[in-house]
Amino acid sequence: MIKTLAKSIREYKLPSILTVLAMVGEVIIEVLIPFITANLVNSIKANAPIESVIKTGLILVGMALISLCFGCCGALLCAKASSGFAKNLRRDMFERIQSFSFSNIDKFSASSLVTRLTTDITHVQMSYMMIIRTAIRSPMMFTFSIIMAYTMGGALATSFVVVIPVLLFGLLLVSRKAMPAFRRVFKKYDRLNESIEENVRGMRVVKGFSREEYEKKKFGIAADGITEDFTKAERIVALNTPIMQFCMYFNTVVILFLGSYLVISSGATTVDVGQISAMLTYGVQILMSLMMLSMIYVMITMSLESMKRICEVLNEEPNLKNPENAATTVRDGSIKFESVSFKYTEKAKKFALENIDLEIKSGMMVGIIGGTGSSKSTLVQLIPRLYDVTEGSVTVGGVDVREYDIKTLRDSVAMVLQKNQLFSGTIKENLRWGNENATDEEIIDACKLAQADEFINSFPDKYDTYIEQGGTNVSGGQKQRLCIARALLKKPKILILDDSTSAVDTKTDSFIRKGFKEFIPDTTKIIIAQRVASVQDADLIIIMDNGKITDMGNHTQLLKSSEIYREIYQQQTHGGDSNENA
Amino acid sequence: MRTPNYRVAQTNNSNMRPPKRKFSGKTLKRVLKMLFEFYPVLFPLTLLCIIFSSIVATLPAIFNQQIIAAIEEWYISRDWVGASKIIIPKIVALASFYILSLISVTTHTQLMAYITQGFLGKMRKELFSRMQNLPISYFDKNKHGDIMSHYTNDIDTLRQLVSQSIPTVLQAGIIVVTVFSIMLYYSIWITLVVVLGVFILFNITKKIGGGSAKYFMRQQKSVGKTEGFIQEIMNGQKVVKVFCHEEKVQEDFDKINEELYNDGKKAHSYANILGPINMNIGNILYVIIATVGGLFLLSDFKNIGIGMIPFSISITIPFLNMTKQFTGNVNQLSQQINSIVMGLAGAERVFAIMDTEPETDDGYVTLVNAKTDNDGNLTETKERTGVWAWKHPHSDGTITYKKVEGDVTLNAVDFGYEENKTVLHNVSIYATPGQKVAFVGATGAGKTTITNLINRFYDIADGKIRYDGININKIKKSDLRRSLGIVLQETNLFTGTVMDNIRYGRLDATDEECINAARLAGADDFITRLPEGYETELTNNGTNLSQGQRQLIAIARAAVADPPVMILDEATSSIDTRTEAIVQKGMDSLMKGRTVFVIAHRLSTVKNSDVIMVLENGRIIERGSHQDLIAQKGQYYSLYTGAFELE
Repeated sequence: MIKTLAKSIREYKLPSILTVLAMVGEVIIEVLIPFITANLVNSIKANAPIESVIKTGLILVGMALISLCFGCCGALLCAKASSGFAKNLRRDMFERIQSFSFSNIDKFSASSLVTRLTTDITHVQMSYMMIIRTAIRSPMMFTFSIIMAYTMGGALATSFVVVIPVLLFGLLLVSRKAMPAFRRVFKKYDRLNESIEENVRGMRVVKGFSREEYEKKKFGIAADGITEDFTKAERIVALNTPIMQFCMYFNTVVILFLGSYLVISSGATTVDVGQISAMLTYGVQILMSLMMLSMIYVMITMSLESMKRICEVLNEEPNLKNPENAATTVRDGSIKFESVSFKYTEKAKKFALENIDLEIKSGMMVGIIGGTGSSKSTLVQLIPRLYDVTEGSVTVGGVDVREYDIKTLRDSVAMVLQKNQLFSGTIKENLRWGNENATDEEIIDACKLAQADEFINSFPDKYDTYIEQGGTNVSGGQKQRLCIARALLKKPKILILDDSTSAVDTKTDSFIRKGFKEFIPDTTKIIIAQRVASVQDADLIIIMDNGKITDMGNHTQLLKSSEIYREIYQQQTHGGDSNENA
Repeated sequence: MRTPNYRVAQTNNSNMRPPKRKFSGKTLKRVLKMLFEFYPVLFPLTLLCIIFSSIVATLPAIFNQQIIAAIEEWYISRDWVGASKIIIPKIVALASFYILSLISVTTHTQLMAYITQGFLGKMRKELFSRMQNLPISYFDKNKHGDIMSHYTNDIDTLRQLVSQSIPTVLQAGIIVVTVFSIMLYYSIWITLVVVLGVFILFNITKKIGGGSAKYFMRQQKSVGKTEGFIQEIMNGQKVVKVFCHEEKVQEDFDKINEELYNDGKKAHSYANILGPINMNIGNILYVIIATVGGLFLLSDFKNIGIGMIPFSISITIPFLNMTKQFTGNVNQLSQQINSIVMGLAGAERVFAIMDTEPETDDGYVTLVNAKTDNDGNLTETKERTGVWAWKHPHSDGTITYKKVEGDVTLNAVDFGYEENKTVLHNVSIYATPGQKVAFVGATGAGKTTITNLINRFYDIADGKIRYDGININKIKKSDLRRSLGIVLQETNLFTGTVMDNIRYGRLDATDEECINAARLAGADDFITRLPEGYETELTNNGTNLSQGQRQLIAIARAAVADPPVMILDEATSSIDTRTEAIVQKGMDSLMKGRTVFVIAHRLSTVKNSDVIMVLENGRIIERGSHQDLIAQKGQYYSLYTGAFELE
């Protein structure tokens, strides 16, 4: 895991190492300062000449300034290194996600990817900052202080022998106990927040059924439970302060007692007053560095989960590979399915598609119809190789789709997805996704064909109208038509509309289809629809049910041969949802 | 040395607003008042413990000084036995103070943990229950994410405020004052030097802190931008693939990422630099005090101090420690300023919700179970009879009962969500018991608005709405809503089993009644096919179900409530036409004997209504049965023939 993450440090290795070095420098000086201060105190005490006192003072100020320099350099370098590491990590993750195939994407939900790219990375960044700044600094501080304490204080240092293990043990015990408690309660806390969100979202239901009091009671019980758990966890952590203080106090008392005995009994020959105060300072430094270490320990353990989640993305192998010596031209828009079977994951028991044989000639208009879950979308997604078949083969223009360069294939097979999306930006920018170099004329032509030109021109900013994130400022039908125009701009050999006109009225829908016949006769058009009206004038209508093709033919043939088709047709024409005049 | 914050990175939440740099005394007072009210004994006790332990923490300096003075005095004589008579009692006294301090520290940290969490729990509950009483308009006006951030970010900043800032400020403040007094006691000259140093230190800290706040705000913006971009792309990842746009997207991402890096680097630089600067200025001050003390000592400078002690080594050494303590605590104070301001801003936002005017309810007509007595009069009864009555107390003290039948009339109703923007104009509707009334029209025509008025999610501006002849303003809101079953287009299910969700419609419904309701709605079929049937756990608004299945459960939920009037707002929009035909039978029996308001996109759903209202821009432009409207050849006709699209 560490290895995977460390790969993203790259150009920030140098600032990271320099940070560590600066910290080492800072620590060395910081440890020396009490030593020299003790000298200063002693020289004052010994009535040394004023010049020597000032000299020692200046040395000390100089040292403090150097330490300041080290400290600041460390701080700046560390900011650079950790932000840089986070940047690279974010980039690597994003890049990896871009290389994902559809089945890779299916494994992660969009929202979980967002969390991994944001919150999780921040956690790791914080840990990294801690590690390069403090994880080296604290143990060093600890070691140096101990060495200094022993060399200076001699016998006085024995009090550390008692204090350090006590503190270490105490802190470890606290974090050992507190961490699982916190992890548990945070999980509960997240669930509580989820239920609040649910309540807010469903407020109309809550109020509609007058369930305010019921909700309050339910929430009260959950909130009380959490408060109790939080209190328990927090109280364990609250022990840290007394434990630390105990050690500090103990240390002070012991040093004062031992110190006074040693100083007086030896007549200040083995230990002097200055040393006593230096020892007190070292005591604080040693104990503080231990405290820091335990915090780092906690922090790193807490961010382990985040690291794991990031690595999951980084280690996910994209399972569609561009073939070597790939074909880079697509001859025409003919499609052939040869005994194709498909399932979404290897483990899935059920095939989503079973034994599909299908031949579509270039330039045909094909309609696909069937209930939800009949795998209509699955079928068409195999054509631009969004998924690879499990068995059998799909060929486009006479060549197996797996032999094409993926970009070539997808540029020739334009697909308008069912769950489609526009991106924040102007209409023109959105349309240029289809073809970056499209001229304004081409854009307008495509929009006319998709019956979008008219409403675009009704906007005050026309083609420069800004689309909000998620396309919330255009209606569903308008969005669908923009998506169709975007796909048309690719000038594809095959055009697939996956239920892409469901929010478009029947009349406009029929205009779109008429336009397709007239202006892009050579493009193979595949239309998945709920409405019979949308497919009934197709050259070929495919009826799907439960992952199989149950019937094929044109409208008149199917009315005779297919019971399902007849049923849907009757239900829709008599239900008033569509009509034959359109 | 306070409790480490186990949750990192709250600062990076895009919901968090940039810290307002304003200190609100009123809010602080309110928070403190609440704490005193919630814990009238424990909270003052905690504060006392903090004060006590802070004072005790400064006293050792005096003992230190005395012990060192004693050592000074005795070391030449090498008479430990003699010295110990003076030193040992002092050390014992010191140790006892330490023990007292330990006891009070343990007490106040434990109590504080208890109080903080208790306070947060109470706030959470209070916030939630106040929120339940807010009018729907509040939820329409505020984004859900913003409301949520009160529970997460704002409560978190409150935690910081109560558990850390308040104790720290109290403690550090007391230590600063005490140390300052002791310093004055010893020597005014050296104290002056310390104060000067601290003043400089404080200013530097303030300056850097300001820079850090500025860049953190900028970073916040960058984070928001990055998150927005990531969210958009992650949601549209499949579109990116289909258009082979990976490289283009990566390019855009790199740009935004680089920006975030730059802002983040600056923000962290400022924050990181503060530590070493504070520490080293503290160090320099320490050296200066040592040198100055030494100089005074050597130059026989006359000391002025409250204690009137002449300069000696035994003054200089404790001063060194006091300097550290003094600067350290002044630093603590200055560092708390930011988090106090942030905490108070959070508290203010939480209080803002609590202070928002709740939904008012002046209704006095209530809904009761009723039965007909031997004389044929309606009387109130406790048990569920299936017959409901409006209990109507009059000003003269009499009470009349009126049977609930489901007669709803709107008379010349005007309404606007904002004061000067009327969205419904002069709408009149007469729905007699058992009638099915349908609304058809484009988005924004005002269909849902009408239903919002009937159940009083919003109050009308002009006109009258009557329910069984009673002005709905007189009916208690909860009772009015209980008598109206609603099924909305956007289905909201709650975490729990399918059974729990259906029972939400009527909490005392038996399992059997719930299952019957599900059968009526046509949901029983798919529910029994779920792995655990009715006991299947739904999470996250029922993500494991299809949109259509969720709508069916919502219909069952309304059915189990068995209300005389039902509002179906696009209730079957996500059920495909084939399934709808199957569900239709259940829906028909569900609607039988009830007054039903139907809003639907699909004309097939509304075709068989008794009355169809065609709405346009808040006015009813056509009304009549399907046949009437087709014959009129107006708007409805063109909708029906597909010449218009309904959005």
